[in-house]
Amino acid sequence: MLLMACLILVGDLLAKDQKRTLTFVATQLTLIGTAVITFASSSGDTAYTFSNMYVGDLMADLLKLLLYLTVIVILFYSRGYILERPQMARGEYYSLALFATLGMMVMISASHLVTVYIGLELLSLSLYAMVAMNRDSVPATEAAMKYFVLGALASGLLLYGMSMIYGATGTLEIQAIAERLYLGQFDKGILVFGLVFLVAGLAFKLGVVPFHMWIPDVYHGAPTAVTLFIATAPKLAAFAMVMRLLVNGLIVVSHDWQQMLIILSVLSMAIGNIAAIAQTNLKRMLAYSAISHMGFMLLGIVTGVVGGDARFALNAYSSAMFYVITYVLTSAGTFGMILLLARGGLESDELDDFKGLNKRSPWFAGVMMMMMFSMAGIPFFVGFFAKFSVLQAVVAAGYLWLAIVAVAFSLVGCFYYLRVVKIMYFDQPANMSPIEAPLDMKILMSANGLAVALLGIFPQVLMSLCAFSLLRSL
Amino acid sequence: MSGTPLLSLAIWVPILAGLVVLATGSDRNAPLARALSLIGAVAGLLVTIPLYTGFDLHTPAMQFVELRPWIPRFNVNYHLGVDGISMLFVILNSFITVTVVLAGWQVIDSKVAQYHAGFLIMSGLLNGIFSALDGVLFYVFFEASLIPLYLIIGIWGGPNRVYAAFKFFLFTLFGSLLFLIALLYLFISSGGSFSILDWHRMPIGMTAQTWLFLAFLVAFAVKVPMWPVHTWLPDAHVEAPTGGSIVLAAIALKLGAYGFLRFSLPIAPDASHELAGLVIALSLIAIIYIGFVALVQEDMKKLVAYSSIAHMGFVTLGFFIFSPLGVEGALVQMISHGFVSGAMFFSIGVMYDRAHSRLIADYGGVVNTMPKFAAFFMLFAMANAGLPATSGFVGEFMVILAAVEHNFWVAFAAASTMIVGAAYTLWMYKRVVFGSVANHHVAELSDINGREFLVFVLFAIGALGMGLYPQPFTEVMHSSVDELLRHVALSKIQ
Repeated sequence: MLLMACLILVGDLLAKDQKRTLTFVATQLTLIGTAVITFASSSGDTAYTFSNMYVGDLMADLLKLLLYLTVIVILFYSRGYILERPQMARGEYYSLALFATLGMMVMISASHLVTVYIGLELLSLSLYAMVAMNRDSVPATEAAMKYFVLGALASGLLLYGMSMIYGATGTLEIQAIAERLYLGQFDKGILVFGLVFLVAGLAFKLGVVPFHMWIPDVYHGAPTAVTLFIATAPKLAAFAMVMRLLVNGLIVVSHDWQQMLIILSVLSMAIGNIAAIAQTNLKRMLAYSAISHMGFMLLGIVTGVVGGDARFALNAYSSAMFYVITYVLTSAGTFGMILLLARGGLESDELDDFKGLNKRSPWFAGVMMMMMFSMAGIPFFVGFFAKFSVLQAVVAAGYLWLAIVAVAFSLVGCFYYLRVVKIMYFDQPANMSPIEAPLDMKILMSANGLAVALLGIFPQVLMSLCAFSLLRSL
Repeated sequence: MSGTPLLSLAIWVPILAGLVVLATGSDRNAPLARALSLIGAVAGLLVTIPLYTGFDLHTPAMQFVELRPWIPRFNVNYHLGVDGISMLFVILNSFITVTVVLAGWQVIDSKVAQYHAGFLIMSGLLNGIFSALDGVLFYVFFEASLIPLYLIIGIWGGPNRVYAAFKFFLFTLFGSLLFLIALLYLFISSGGSFSILDWHRMPIGMTAQTWLFLAFLVAFAVKVPMWPVHTWLPDAHVEAPTGGSIVLAAIALKLGAYGFLRFSLPIAPDASHELAGLVIALSLIAIIYIGFVALVQEDMKKLVAYSSIAHMGFVTLGFFIFSPLGVEGALVQMISHGFVSGAMFFSIGVMYDRAHSRLIADYGGVVNTMPKFAAFFMLFAMANAGLPATSGFVGEFMVILAAVEHNFWVAFAAASTMIVGAAYTLWMYKRVVFGSVANHHVAELSDINGREFLVFVLFAIGALGMGLYPQPFTEVMHSSVDELLRHVALSKIQ
């Protein structure tokens, strides 16, 4: 399956020429083809391949399918934006996106520390290039530099942590690490030392406080189409990476990493939500909101094992998974909306660009409103059930104080989501130009909005899917 | 009992009607949107009538129950049902929706479809709150109902509407988030059930009860609103359009009080007894202090808003006396307040539509130009002041009577404010309506038209009917209230 994806990718690269449409269609077909292969080869059993470096299980299959879906939607959203900007090397966007997707697939299915690292680097390098793709833009170049330097540092930390773990356990295979930890064949001091670096590296990739510095700059500086990419699909892969490394590999020392993650999570919710209030740029605001959402998601990860008791593990991890998936869905819609309004070569990422949207287009204002209320966690939108399931896991694990902290910061967060709604509905529009966007994008955007509402009314299917896939994989 | 899912209809008919109205789109179709929303509102009211006619008076159990799995993963069910306490509110809410649609008929001329759709959807959500028997379902309706009101205040409100809309939303959300934690705690400690009725039966220790009670108290006190978390209400009322004020006063405020009966008392009975003193004290502060605050208001809407807070103080007072008379009096007071405050806000709206001012000082001698209006306004002002033969009297009298049995001084304090209540309402009425014509604006006022007359008649039937013959209202409550109090008297500590 991996091989197939690689082949198609290389073929696509070679076939790349000036005909953007062809590239676009080829890319989409590649993704669909890969999705079909993943779906067809999904047996529901856990299987190892490439001398235990690569694992295929139900969690991986589900995450990958969602990943393809996300990337397909992203590419539809981005197409118009790319077409209007000749300075952005057009074909490259698609091939870089595919490479990044491949990197994420590897991350999701990695069962070996080196594989994790390879996938991560493939993803990161593609993203660095994508951020810098708008060559003439100073903010974009600056963002790319920042991202690259800090990202390289984080990779270094991660690698260092991995080497420590190797030193402590004598193996790089995640399954084997887990076994040796279980049997007690390890050096506790070195392991915890390595764990600190590992968590720091992961925190950087997830973008949680205090390793979040790059997020606002990169979200803000990058072309919106790229921001859309960074803000969505990699979150799925990062979740998988956390699951593989910490839960599959290091569950025995869960007490140690849970302590760290609780601090990171509380800090992220605090700083993310409070800093977002001060933003006037929507992309920057959403960047801080992303930080707080990742913090919230971590709550689901830290409540899996309580005092050596793993009864709640499935409940907690599946709630975190559900949270990530719904976040990706909502986030794709929100950034897609920025792209929808960014027409004629102009950006529309300032909050003021959304002024009076209700007068210009009641339908899309409604869709955006649903996104915002979903992010704020107000029912009947799916974001409520994401928060609900994570909070329920937190309370089940007995961390009542953590749940109270989490809802307190959600209340703070509500303020800036409400402000977007206020700008769209209560303010007068600055210009009355109607929204011009390709039909396919409008349809997809509407579908995205409806998905947020429908999953909010019937969340059961996706919830059980998460729980089921984790049950079969863990 | 018939097999028709009446409660589902009561919830979803208005919501679907709202979506249809929303689909009529721009203001070119405004007449169509108005007609459709009236049809929707009346249909919504009609489906609730069998709830009353088919109601079994002799059982405290839930009636018209619907139970279907919704999210089996968390054992969340689509569980609806009403008892003698909640049934009347479903009907009241559907009734108020009709008046709101009529009240906004000509006044709202921009984004008509969205305005009416907002009210219809909210009506359905509010019915959902009153009939939900599942904790999550209740919470979902409870929070979702914030969205339409937030938009209604923000889009069609007055000059300071943004501030008021935010304050309203964030205050209420603050309360309800702690409530959510309490629900989750109950879910975990009950071994995985979100059924409110299961929670009623579940034994809980005293410490946990106290915390639960406090979490509920924060959530519902904000909604009622009780002193000192009442400050959002005057702002929201002043800025909201007339329809928004009517729904807010007539229905939204009842949610908090209803929450006390559905959650606080039966789930944490020991804590309720323990902390009753606190609630009674807060209620008395609301009745007395807020009554005096109302006296000095210059804005009519603010005055009625403060008087609402004072009236709701009687409601919470009645609940925490733990006698059938007190609880029934409080319920009567809630329904009566729905009619009376709705009508008061409508009256102010009628004047505001003509003269574009809510300040008492801008009026005077309205009776000379609007005699029919003055007559109706008089009726509702008297009802607001608690004059016998109006509905306002019945509830307050019952609560005070119950308070005398409980503690003479509490009753004395509460009763003394009936004088203040009469003072601020009648003084306002005198300044606005009587006297000679104050200025040329008043001179140009035209009397109420047929549509407004109809709305007034609807409210008047409610207020007078309940005042003269409260029996049909109280008889449906008896068995549920008795059962509730029997339940609350039993300790849950094991």
